[in-house]
Parts: sequence; C-alpha cells; structure tokens
Amino acid sequence: MAERYSSFQSGGRMWFLQRVTAVFLLVVLAFHFFLLHFVHHADEVSFLASSARMEQLSYYSLMILFLVTATFHGVNGVYNALVNQGLTGTKRTVIKWTLVAASVVLIAQGIRTANAWAGIGLY
Amino acid sequence: MSQSYNRGLIEDFGRWREFEAGMWAWIFHKFTGWVLIGYLFTHIAVLSTGIPAAGAGEAAIAAGNDVYTQTIVSLEGLLLVRLLEVGLLAVAVFHMLNGTRLLLTDLGIGLEAQDKSFYASLILTGAITVASVPTFIAGAF
Repeated sequence: MAERYSSFQSGGRMWFLQRVTAVFLLVVLAFHFFLLHFVHHADEVSFLASSARMEQLSYYSLMILFLVTATFHGVNGVYNALVNQGLTGTKRTVIKWTLVAASVVLIAQGIRTANAWAGIGLY
Repeated sequence: MSQSYNRGLIEDFGRWREFEAGMWAWIFHKFTGWVLIGYLFTHIAVLSTGIPAAGAGEAAIAAGNDVYTQTIVSLEGLLLVRLLEVGLLAVAVFHMLNGTRLLLTDLGIGLEAQDKSFYASLILTGAITVASVPTFIAGAF
C-alpha cells in the first residue's frame, strides 16, 4: 500500500474535520477576498459600510461560521504540525490547551466585533 | 494498514537538495499555513477597533471619524501594508490551490501527477497574484 504523506492520523476525526473545513474555507475565503478587494476596495473601508454588511443576518452568520472554521482549521493545523515535529507528553498537553484557549479568545473577540458592527447589544 | 512516512525535521534545511516536488509542496503548505493563522489573529485584532468605534456618535461615524475607519484608512494609506496584502494574497492563493491538490490526492485523484499539480499550483498562484497587483495597489499613491 502507498505510503501516507499526511501529518494527520489516517481516518481520525480531526483529519476529517480538517478536510471538511478546508472545502468550506476554499469557497468562503475566495468570496471574502473577492468581495472586500475586488467588489469593494481596501481604501474604501468604513464603519458604516462594514455595519451595512454585518446587519444582514445571512452575511453575519456566514462570517461567524467563517471565523469558527478558519480558527479550527488554522489551530488544528498548527497543532498537527507540532505533533508531526515530535511534540509529546506534558508539552503536548500544555500546547494543546494553550491553542484551545487562544482559539476561544479569538472567536469571542471576533463575535464581539461582528456584534458591534451589526448593532447587537452584546459586545 | 498504512505506514507512516518519516520526512525528518523540516528545520533540517541541509537536506534541501534531496527534496522533491512533494516535499516542497509540504513545506510551502506548512509555511503558508503558519502565515495565515498568524494573520487571522492580527486581522481580528485590527478589526476589533470596531468595538470602541461603535460607541462613537452617529455624526462621527457618518463622517468616518471613528477609530475603526481611521485605523483602516491609515493602514491602507501605507504602501508597505498594500505590498504585504499582495504577499498575503499570494500565500492564501497557494494554500488554497495546494490544499485543493491535497484534497484530491486524499481521494486518490491525480496521484501520478502530484508533482505536476504542485508546479501548476505555483504557476497559477504567480499568475493570480500578478493579475491582482493593480487592484491591491490602487489608491496607495
């Protein structure tokens, strides 16, 4: 059988989630770049324009899902890269939970920002 | 059962002459991944200026005098930031194209052409990046 070149354990749940989020991110990241650099331009950004987009429930929910999947995909990728480099034992546990904590902070801060634009009181 | 493949440490760059296309693809994918997750944290930090900006008065927001608009406009006025954005695009496009290649490889599609698809990812990344430069630099001068 062919040798495996992936950093992930074959058939693992994290391996599968990394692939599922990759497919989602391929589409949404392309949309994000296209909308904010080609439809709108970087030097036209304003609080009003960001608010107008984020006040639409479809855009708000897509961006929250984008944030959660990008954070998972990125942090899971970093964790697996470190494990692949030989991270084991207590260090592995400490780094794992540090990455989980960083992810929670990033997602919470992203949601607060989205809420501020959307005019949702919770921010 | 599949067996694992020992690549050795990627930090061991003394081995770089031994690397083939697949190894370079693996290294570039890892490097661009690190850049992208680093950027995501920076991106949310900069966008967080939207939180204090929401407390600014309606007149200040309408005039673009809030801290979020001012921060983004100042950053986008710097040529260095515009050039970094072009770099970010190149990194993101390569990660997306090579990621697609990896997804297909995982499904067993194109295994025999995995080196060619890596070169195609590189060329397409270059072409998309160069074609996007005018849009990314517009208004910076």
